[in-house]
Amino acid sequence: MLKNQNKYLTLSGLEPLVVTPESNFINVGERTNVTGSRKFLRLIKEEKFDEALEVARHQVEGGAQIIDVNMDEGMLDGVEAMTTFLNLIASEPDISRVPIMIDSSKWEIIEAGLQVVQGKCVVNSISLKEGEAEFIRQAKLVKRYGAAVIVMAFDEKGQADTYQRRIDICKRSYDILVNQVNFKPQDIIFDPNIFPVATGMDEHRKNALDFFNATKWIRENLPYANVSGGVSNVSFSFRGNDIVREAMHSAFLFHAIQNGMNLGIVNPAMLEIYDEIPKDLLDCVEDVLFDKRDDATERLLEFAETVKGQKKQEDSVIQEWRNGTIQERITHALVKGIDAFIVEDVEEARQSVLRPIEVIEGHLMIGMNVVGDLFGSGKMFLPQVVKSARVMKKAVAYLQPYIEAEKGGKVEFAGKILMATVKGDVHDIGKNIVSVVLGCNNYEIIDLGVMVPPEKIIEAAKKEQVDVIGLSGLITPSLDEMVYVSKEMERQDFNIPLMIGGATTSRAHSAVKIAPNYNHTVIHVNDASRAVAVVSNLLNKDNKVYKEQIREEYDAFREQFLNRSKKKIYISIEAARKNKYKIDWNTTEIVKPKQLGIQTINDFDISKLETYIDWSPFFRSWDLHGKYPNVLKDKVVGEQATELFKDAQILLKRIFDEKLLQAKAVFGLFPANSINDDIEVKVSSVISSLSTSPKTSSVENKDEEKMFKFLTLRQQLKKREGSPNFALADFIAPKESGVKDYIGCFCVSTGFGTQELAQQFEEAHDDYNSIMIKALADRLAEAFAEYLHEHVRKDVWTYDSTEDFSNEELIKESYKGIRPAPGYPACPDHLEKNTIWDLLNVEKEIGVKLTESLAMWPAASVSGYYFANKEAKYFGLGKITEDQLIDYSKRRNINIDEARKWLSPNLTE
Amino acid sequence: MSKIYQAIQKRILVLDGAMGTMLQRYDFSEEDFRGERFKDYPTSLKGNNDLLSLTQPKAIAEIHRKYFEAGADIVETNTFSGTSIAMADYNMEDLVYELNYESAKIAKQVADEFTNLNPDQPRFVAGSIGPTNKTASLSPDVNKPEYRAITFEELRVAYKQQTEALIDGGVDVLLVETIFDTLNAKAALFAIDELKEERNIEIPIMVSGTITDASGRTLSGQTVEAFLASISHIPLLSVGFNCALGAEQLKPYMQRLSYETESFTSAHPNAGLPNAFGEYEQTPKEMQLLIEDYLKEGLINIIGGCCGTNPEHIKAIAEVAKNYEPRKIVIPA
Repeated sequence: MLKNQNKYLTLSGLEPLVVTPESNFINVGERTNVTGSRKFLRLIKEEKFDEALEVARHQVEGGAQIIDVNMDEGMLDGVEAMTTFLNLIASEPDISRVPIMIDSSKWEIIEAGLQVVQGKCVVNSISLKEGEAEFIRQAKLVKRYGAAVIVMAFDEKGQADTYQRRIDICKRSYDILVNQVNFKPQDIIFDPNIFPVATGMDEHRKNALDFFNATKWIRENLPYANVSGGVSNVSFSFRGNDIVREAMHSAFLFHAIQNGMNLGIVNPAMLEIYDEIPKDLLDCVEDVLFDKRDDATERLLEFAETVKGQKKQEDSVIQEWRNGTIQERITHALVKGIDAFIVEDVEEARQSVLRPIEVIEGHLMIGMNVVGDLFGSGKMFLPQVVKSARVMKKAVAYLQPYIEAEKGGKVEFAGKILMATVKGDVHDIGKNIVSVVLGCNNYEIIDLGVMVPPEKIIEAAKKEQVDVIGLSGLITPSLDEMVYVSKEMERQDFNIPLMIGGATTSRAHSAVKIAPNYNHTVIHVNDASRAVAVVSNLLNKDNKVYKEQIREEYDAFREQFLNRSKKKIYISIEAARKNKYKIDWNTTEIVKPKQLGIQTINDFDISKLETYIDWSPFFRSWDLHGKYPNVLKDKVVGEQATELFKDAQILLKRIFDEKLLQAKAVFGLFPANSINDDIEVKVSSVISSLSTSPKTSSVENKDEEKMFKFLTLRQQLKKREGSPNFALADFIAPKESGVKDYIGCFCVSTGFGTQELAQQFEEAHDDYNSIMIKALADRLAEAFAEYLHEHVRKDVWTYDSTEDFSNEELIKESYKGIRPAPGYPACPDHLEKNTIWDLLNVEKEIGVKLTESLAMWPAASVSGYYFANKEAKYFGLGKITEDQLIDYSKRRNINIDEARKWLSPNLTE
Repeated sequence: MSKIYQAIQKRILVLDGAMGTMLQRYDFSEEDFRGERFKDYPTSLKGNNDLLSLTQPKAIAEIHRKYFEAGADIVETNTFSGTSIAMADYNMEDLVYELNYESAKIAKQVADEFTNLNPDQPRFVAGSIGPTNKTASLSPDVNKPEYRAITFEELRVAYKQQTEALIDGGVDVLLVETIFDTLNAKAALFAIDELKEERNIEIPIMVSGTITDASGRTLSGQTVEAFLASISHIPLLSVGFNCALGAEQLKPYMQRLSYETESFTSAHPNAGLPNAFGEYEQTPKEMQLLIEDYLKEGLINIIGGCCGTNPEHIKAIAEVAKNYEPRKIVIPA
């Protein structure tokens, strides 16, 4: 006989879960969610899957009837993480007995999850956010994969934030699902949005009440549909105060279940028993949940203070803090959000300074920094910060007429900040707070609101001529949007700082995924209160050091991060060649060098190199880390660095005055074309007769034309869609294109004399200067390479004769074209030096030798190639695989073992 | 609506018995498997039963005929291993379409002969879609539990190819059977559902899982109810169990299934459990008695046999099946 059931939500793991009216509330375990659990995130990132499985097991044992799995984190490969973890769960019967909730804001991750789970899962979630067509497409797939679905109350206009919007969107979603997609109504679970209450913002006051009413409506009007929600959201503004949070969760849940919520994501550890909530606390909480009184939030905040054990005798406390200094009083007022005395305090402060603006820049800013620190360390809640900002606003408003009077009636802002929540994201609490706080600090805010498309951000930034762009987002896809905006800013030649904030953003993501796209400042601001300090630093006239520090910090962080990145996938050399970097040879500009052939410089005035020296590596060679010239002022190493620099200057002067070192160079420019990864170089001497320089000597006889071949190596690391696998050969026109192209190569040395000098110093027991001379010779060699490259670009190749870069720009390599050196990341193959030596006849021309291991002697020498194409760029080869090694050994005409020896640092395991 | 819907409301339908068991009787040699066409094929082909639809089509037709003569309403195509995944063992991935198409045609032709002889008892062909030899939710490597030898996507593509050929060849029903890993079956159902939409056709689907042992679970660990919940998103003609167990051992699971599902039910158990030599010894008479128990309890809409059963078993089953009313489905209001 058939059990007459089946209008009930039925899910399955290895065992079934039927949600009947008799079922108690179904609780969904939330700990296997990287966005909600730092611990779980860490375990997944570190691939400690055993422990991650323990988290899942612990939840099932603790009574979770469904487990929510979420891998939405910008730094994770969500598809891979979801697949791996669910596959592992499938092998653990005590976990996989319960159904899985596949939780992601990215459809591809959801689909990856659906493809590896045998049971009937729940998809969390889909919505009308991207419109009906996408909603229907996803719903049909969910159905086809055999899952139930959570539908968020979300449509094209955004998240439902009122009762009416909630029920309208749920009704519309239900009708589409049931009537158009033929989705079983019992497989629909609505999430009518649990939002925080008691945030201090008026528009959040009805958040809980609206949820309750919407839930009731859904259960009464949308047959068989279920209701779920993420309960911990409701107490968001009381992070850190568990007593209040637990009471809020429990009271909320109690009423939500009464109204028909039958599933929910709850952390059982964060749930007080409803009946055990102290009556006074419960009253405060329920007043807030049901928006019973205007001061409900205030009262709950007050209560929150008391349960933190900070109950104070209000009157006596007031007396006490009023006795402090003017700064102490202002700070206290800001921290506590007390506006009763702020006007009189600000007036007092105003009379103590010369200009009214100094009160804002001084007293008030100091106070706000304290607020920032407290909030940053979790000691203040969001609504408290909003209150502080309001006090600030009141103070600024009072000062405004004085400031205007002084300036003749014109308000001058400290800067103009564009704020936007990026496309696809509607979360704006954080962004609004930042706007409020910055606004209170005399910045003009251009707030573009939520779901702002990148074009609009760029356009508004240009039109308004803003000083900083601030992007915010809470959900994971927003991270990609931010990446996109950063690329657009670079493409459109922006130079203003880009500020990143929001819950899913991180310094790691900003450093690794955003900063590389944009050549100017990218900074992650982890909470609203920091924004003022960051913006004021960024807009300071003297901001260069600050910006460079950020850049360096992020570069270092990125490097560190990428180095520990795991599990690299390599593609075949054949596939890598197909994915080469493609320059459009029909349109790219190729300048024929004014002077082809080889030139030698034998007696160069070395003092010309002084301005070309990049000092930062010099300090690094002495283990003094920091960028020149900042390193001279560095707190830790500054003194030592200054001392060292002084000594270096003395020795350098001697080098210049007494001509202690000789600088020599040989270089040549030649017609060239690439053939696959080889660059074929045609060396003839015909053209060098054009040279007017007496120092130019031509090679070979006029009739002879010799072919040389540079062998380049190609990246084989599997790249993400759209990024090429580089080889240097990509920057030279292929032979089959029929385009005539050119390449150069060079060797410079400033090392002649170093050895003798070092020896002299050593004999005099002056080890310090012995090391110093070598370090300086190295710097001079690099400087010479830089100098020569500039000379070649301007006077010999003449492709960039208009350039006029400062040394700093040279160091940053702002110019077009590159000069990679064999043995360095783009071309780690040292054997290439042999080719350069043969081609330029280096040893004969300037006397630089190659040792058996292909080191240059004297050591203070630099050799390399010149690539002129403006698309040429530096890259790191990374690892290559066996197939390229074999291919290379054939091209190089050496046996495989020898090839392996030379390339070993770049071979995969 | 397919005629099978009318038939199944009226009476218990009888499915055929084992194909493999019958083929063993022919004792085909390597040469017989190869036939003229695959004389020089580089891979050994003996054991590739599905290939016999191309090289020994008469034998296949004869087996179908014997089952129809025994009283079967439905025969299964000789395509249990007809996916590119299973055919990879013989390097015959490229033949998948042809194998399925020809197998369907052979069965359909025989079915039509019988229907024409007696239009009151229309005969049907079920396209047999086996589980493949890989599992999507289990790792074959105990040291690498996260590893999978096959993905959902690979299965979907393979199943879709097989299904298209079966439909083109004229099958009346699709039978996703011997499901030991529900995820494999979900990929098959996904492919079929896609195909139905693309071609805008309706074709009844039968799903038959396999309870592997006394634990009462599928190989991939699901209980009867969990299995049912996992495959009920696609409208099914029937859901049931086959293989691994004999009628006696299978009964409790058929009871649970029958209690839970709104679809029609099917069972095609083995002829008992194999003896120490892997032989099935249950006689037609013994099996008939056990099956009669199912029928008395009203558990069944479609009944047949799996490993070890032959036309004599089916004849015995058909004899009792006609004496009982089919299981009634209470469609909830």
